[in-house]
Amino acid sequence: MIRTTRFYGAQMRHALVGEMQYRTAAFLLLVGFLFEPIVYLVVWRSIAESQGGAIGGYTAAAFTAYYIVWTLVRAMNLALTPYVWDWRIQRGRLSEFLVLPAHPFHRDLAWFAGTKFLWILLWIPVAIVLTLTFRPELSPTMFQVVSFALVIWSGFVVRFLILYLMGMITFWTTRASALFEIVIAAELLLSGRLVPLSVMPSWVQSLAAWLPFKWTFQYPIETLIGRLDNGDILFGMFMQLAWVGILGVSLALVWRIAIKRYTAVGI
Amino acid sequence: MRAIALTWAHFKIGAMNELQYRSNFFIQLVHSGVALATGLVAIVLVFSHTEALEGWSRPELLAVMGIHIGLGGFIRTWIQPNMQRILEDVREGNFDYVLAKPVDAQLMVSIRQFKIWHSVDFVIGAAVLGYALSQLGNSIGLSDALAFALVVSVGGIMIYCAYFIVITMSFRVISLEDVMDLFNGVYETGRWPVTIYPTWLRGMLTFIIPLAFAVTIPAETLSARAGWRIVAVALAFGALLLLITRLVWVTNLRKYAGASA
Repeated sequence: MIRTTRFYGAQMRHALVGEMQYRTAAFLLLVGFLFEPIVYLVVWRSIAESQGGAIGGYTAAAFTAYYIVWTLVRAMNLALTPYVWDWRIQRGRLSEFLVLPAHPFHRDLAWFAGTKFLWILLWIPVAIVLTLTFRPELSPTMFQVVSFALVIWSGFVVRFLILYLMGMITFWTTRASALFEIVIAAELLLSGRLVPLSVMPSWVQSLAAWLPFKWTFQYPIETLIGRLDNGDILFGMFMQLAWVGILGVSLALVWRIAIKRYTAVGI
Repeated sequence: MRAIALTWAHFKIGAMNELQYRSNFFIQLVHSGVALATGLVAIVLVFSHTEALEGWSRPELLAVMGIHIGLGGFIRTWIQPNMQRILEDVREGNFDYVLAKPVDAQLMVSIRQFKIWHSVDFVIGAAVLGYALSQLGNSIGLSDALAFALVVSVGGIMIYCAYFIVITMSFRVISLEDVMDLFNGVYETGRWPVTIYPTWLRGMLTFIIPLAFAVTIPAETLSARAGWRIVAVALAFGALLLLITRLVWVTNLRKYAGASA
């Protein structure tokens, strides 16, 4: 346990120091991300205003708050893309990870976790500019702020597990990109990334309740913007942990079968 | 004349190369289908809550989306692969060989790659546009069609210019891959008419990355919102942009120092 904690600490510091060298690149990436929520924000604000108030319980100012917090949650949610597995397997690069003492999963997770500190740092000026430009309605309680600071991390772990599990498919075929795109599109619609789910038809909302996606996007955002009461927030934490359990166990099982299929040539 | 022959030769090589990987066509088909579906869901969702978005009706927005998808296919078939190749060549030092060829270098670097499977989006975009026009119901005269064809071609050229200017900077700043990501992010904003955006963003999408000219204005010519005056402005701005692109290329090329042996 202590060894694992120390490993995570070291790997996270390593990642942060490494990524710090490319802070301009990271900042450009973050700015690139901004266009997506700005589009959603403009569209839905305009509709809310033209419909005389609120859509799905969201006023124009609430939509604004939603999509500004969205930008941080998006950066926190960045995880190892399944396409990396294509590369690791096709080029035989996985071999070098396998001879190291720590499991590749822990290496990857700790690496991404470490970079989050840079993202949070870079996000602060972005958030200030967005707030001054779009004027959101945001007045969280202490409990909501603390919960948000926690659940963006657990949401990240859930999404990281989903994408990692998808990456395992490349052990069977290296042409899985079509499948990845379908899952990413499902995530877009069912996570609250495109719009808060309350804007969607009710059958979509009930479908989303059975899937892990909304706990990585909508739930952290709504924790901060005051759409959830304290009970809902605690329930969400429970759901995130439950999904970490389900996905984590599935990954462990799939990994055991998948890794047996891996053979590398050369280097 | 020689330029056309050269482009055609490169196109044939690119096509033959891609034709070896036929299953990629089906993978591309799924990718495009998924993108189309999510785009349509967004439009259905918007119009389940409202009758018009800032004065744009559903078929009008569909027309914008069709043009956006088609132009995206054009970018990924032709512009992006070539720009990517320039970045790689500059970094790896192969760019010198391009300059040594007895053809205009700007032409040469602009026609080397064609990813033909991406033109699936071109077909899908045309289909969406066709459906949108049938829903619009207003008759499109010859002059509207002509105006549309003019504006959309000029728009495509402007997008090429915008990409090319940025890539030309790669002679001085190598790590521009992130700029490409940024470009893709910006391109997504063109899915909606630029008139819905706040002024600062609209200005940017008109003059820096000219999506207004490439997507919104063509759609406006079809729904008879734009007159010939806008077509003239687009033509003039397109010509200006081509000139600027050439200037930036020539001045930057002078500063290029080969990195290879």
